[in-house]
Amino acid sequence: METYYHPKDLAKFSDMSKGNPQLWDKFMAYYGAVFADGALSEREKALIALAVAHAVQCPYCIDAYTQSCLEKGSNAEEMTEAVHVACAIRGGASLAHGVQMRNVVNQLSM
Amino acid sequence: MAMTLLARGTPLASSREQLRTLGATPGCGPFQQRMAAAGLAPLTATGIEVFQINVGKFCNQTCRHCHVDAGPERTEQMSRETAQLCMRALAATDIPTVDITGGAPELNENFRWLVEQARALGRRVMDRCNLTVLLLKPQADLADFLAQHQVEIVASLPYFRSTQTDAQRGDKTFAKSIEALQLLNRLGYGREGSHLVLNLVHNPVGAFLPPRQEALEAQFRRELWRQHQIVFNHLYTITNMPISRFLDFLIDSGNYETYMQRLANAFNPAAAAALMCRHTISIGWDGTLYDCDFNQMLDLPVRAPAPRHVRDFDPAQLNHRRIVMANHCYGCTAGAGSSCGGATAQ
Repeated sequence: METYYHPKDLAKFSDMSKGNPQLWDKFMAYYGAVFADGALSEREKALIALAVAHAVQCPYCIDAYTQSCLEKGSNAEEMTEAVHVACAIRGGASLAHGVQMRNVVNQLSM
Repeated sequence: MAMTLLARGTPLASSREQLRTLGATPGCGPFQQRMAAAGLAPLTATGIEVFQINVGKFCNQTCRHCHVDAGPERTEQMSRETAQLCMRALAATDIPTVDITGGAPELNENFRWLVEQARALGRRVMDRCNLTVLLLKPQADLADFLAQHQVEIVASLPYFRSTQTDAQRGDKTFAKSIEALQLLNRLGYGREGSHLVLNLVHNPVGAFLPPRQEALEAQFRRELWRQHQIVFNHLYTITNMPISRFLDFLIDSGNYETYMQRLANAFNPAAAAALMCRHTISIGWDGTLYDCDFNQMLDLPVRAPAPRHVRDFDPAQLNHRRIVMANHCYGCTAGAGSSCGGATAQ
């Protein structure tokens, strides 16, 4: 195995049903309900999913939700902004933890 | 401006080469078998509601996804004699809708005659318009002519932004399209209470399926009004058919097999049952009869014993003819389905 990630593995996602079909079915029913039109549109939810995919750094999710965003009418500019939202929150989260660092520094310092 | 496949001399300019490519796609079984498994083979027509006339391949644009391989250097054009045969056939029927397409159909010298004749017969007439044709100087009176004859306009606009529209249809096409839409709105097209119908057509700008029609229509309506104060009646989403220049794009960009598998995996029996070819007859520039405009571009005429030329038009034989199918048909059965009138299923 030359790499852990293979694009063709995305199509094998449903293989995960084999270990426990009941849990798989519950997950898929939930998943389908989450992404259906609701208070947020399918298009908006796909943009959120794209941002989260970048935050969790899942190449399969990035592949799938890039296509999904395009197929729901989003454009590259909107999708880029969604990725920047993920980036800002990830970066902001690091920075916010700097307060913890400063608390420790203040605690230990004279 | 991009070149046609014919001008580039590529093998894919030949319909035979396109059919050979489509027939040998890994991971995408024969369409006819898929239809048989869905209980839909042989597929038969259910009558004729749309009389679609393709008047030729001449066009002022060279869009990257064009299934006709139309362009400025194409010379195939319907003659007055063939146009007269079309109107003779139409007059002998009660087919309610005439759908005129091309190329840029308005640039055929018989276009206005066809419109006048079909309207005189009391038929609803649709013009598949690329919008920029309305701004050509020799066509300065075209918009007024269309309005005067209450021609329904089906206008191509893949997206409400220039980046995507120009990527598919050529530089500055978006700006010209907006100018043309504003002209049509001024004439009353697309306005509430007006009888002048303006519908838009979206084709994806790439190797993916179109969005849900209803959702995209709402997005177009909001954005075109917000940015340009443009109104329209309906938006049709049409899947890009894997033939001609779009097939060339798919192969060239390395997307061909994935796209075909995407179409095949999204096969929807409800869309398959509602295929437009079942209620359409498509007439080529030379009068040859086809089940649809895509079959026309692949040189797949209607199946015998139905007559193959408009001079022999016989509704009794054509109304229940067997439809000719090949793997490009996956384009019309994927997801919510696709037709010249947009999505066909939920």
